Amino acid sequence: MRPSPTAPTPATAPAPLRPPPLRAAFALYVCGAALVLGSLTACRPEVTAPVRAPGAPKPPPERLEDTGLARAALLSFSPQYPLWTDGADKRRWIALPPGTSIDASDPDDWRFPPGTRLWKEFSFGGRPVETRYMEARSDGSWSYATYVHGEDGVARRAPDRGVPEGVPVAGGAGRHVIPGQADCVSCHEGRPSPVLGFSLLQLSGDRDPNAPHAAFGPEDVSVAALVRTGRLRRLPPTLVAPRVEASSPTERAALGYLHGNCGGCHNDVGPLAPLGMVLAQSFGRPRPVQGTLLARESRFRLWDRPDAVHRVHAGEPERSVLLHRLRSRDPNTQMPPVGSLVADEEAAALLERWIRDLPGGRLVGLHN
Amino acid sequence: MTRHAIIPLSLLLLLLAGCQEAPAPAEAAPAIATLSPVERGQYLVDVGGCHDCHTPWTMQENGPGPDLTRALSGHPADLEMPDPPAPVGPWIVASAATNTAHAGPWGVSFTANLTPHDETGLGTWTTETFIATIRNGRHMGRGRPLLPPMPYFNYAKATDEDLAAIFAYLQTVPAIDNRVPSPRPPRLAQAQ
Repeated sequence: MRPSPTAPTPATAPAPLRPPPLRAAFALYVCGAALVLGSLTACRPEVTAPVRAPGAPKPPPERLEDTGLARAALLSFSPQYPLWTDGADKRRWIALPPGTSIDASDPDDWRFPPGTRLWKEFSFGGRPVETRYMEARSDGSWSYATYVHGEDGVARRAPDRGVPEGVPVAGGAGRHVIPGQADCVSCHEGRPSPVLGFSLLQLSGDRDPNAPHAAFGPEDVSVAALVRTGRLRRLPPTLVAPRVEASSPTERAALGYLHGNCGGCHNDVGPLAPLGMVLAQSFGRPRPVQGTLLARESRFRLWDRPDAVHRVHAGEPERSVLLHRLRSRDPNTQMPPVGSLVADEEAAALLERWIRDLPGGRLVGLHN
Repeated sequence: MTRHAIIPLSLLLLLLAGCQEAPAPAEAAPAIATLSPVERGQYLVDVGGCHDCHTPWTMQENGPGPDLTRALSGHPADLEMPDPPAPVGPWIVASAATNTAHAGPWGVSFTANLTPHDETGLGTWTTETFIATIRNGRHMGRGRPLLPPMPYFNYAKATDEDLAAIFAYLQTVPAIDNRVPSPRPPRLAQAQ
């Protein structure tokens, strides 16, 4: 009798099904069909969008102009450690409902009042291409939308699957991928607060002069300005102008870059906390007891670099998985996994310098 | 062209299947509503074909079959795969004899270790992480994309309850220390 394809289980488990004689061949056929179909859709087959259930939250408007961008009382802001998006120029705004404020009692994960709206506009070659939008619902959840700017000047909401093949742009990789709903959720819901760029370290008045790609406009708000105007409450006074704790300007900029580009997912409070890889800076809790990078084995192994075993190998950037993944644009290897088709060489050079200079054991900012 | 190529294959297999003796009647299907989450998960893993790729196959007395001593442990770390054969005409995919490594236009993928081993499997995963992986088609719900032949887009249509049951069952199988290789990029990308 053939073995059944069932692993050992408790005695009460149901009897397994017996495979028919050609099961192996059939399984291979099914796999083959999936393979071909997968390749035809760039390995990302579209999942049929679920039918919206009665009572489900209302989707965001079809047009950007109906989100209130032109009418709301906006605050512009620029995070000091911006997310890399293939060199796109960005503008960002937030609108709080009148009379409301942000609760900063948890300095690392601010709580935003229902009705809070945020916009981020992406431009290449001076032309707006995409505007991302998120809004806090009354039940504490958030809705996300991306708007693609058309030749007619109208920005329309992209389909839930986004535009994975991208839209043509002047710069970057020559095309810009519009993220889908799942991408929005995967990046923004990696920690309690889904608002990533409008946060304590990002808006600190003690800005890092060595932060890659940072830009700060005269209208952009800071933490101090938010506190002064009553829009941010319950923040401990000692945290109005925080900075990354580091042993050198290079280390400060490197850790800040990792915070802004990786810390949304790689933190100790979200779904990826079990990985034990913390790249988010924290100002409200004790920092991780152990360093999470230095001499820590990476679960991911590079197929062509078997000597790269550690997340960060002090003094040897070429043996540091983190740096390889930052530089890679192989979709199976690259980090962050979405939102970029061109590696950030300026940041990679910064991180390379930092790793090379590490004294082989101590990593300020990620150790106690 | 590839679509056309796959159709004759399917017809051939269906014809061959029609020549076979009808399989023995399956044992009575369990009453789903009475199953515990773990039992339900085992049922779904069985009918969902998870073993087809996540358990290494070996040649056995009656042909290929899953090696249950390594159930659900993914591609064996000690089975180093050479470069896959170059595609010829409509033959664009290749699979290892274990059915745990697959090469195609996406590169080479290796099936994951689904056992609850802390370092190499799903031991540190949570139910939420598992569900997010299937829903989003990304490792741990937010990392690299899942690759063919993993048909996550079908399983993404399962209910949270079913996916949680699958995860609950996977957490009960013996943990196997097996570090599956990371995927390799396509040939063209390697050459660049």
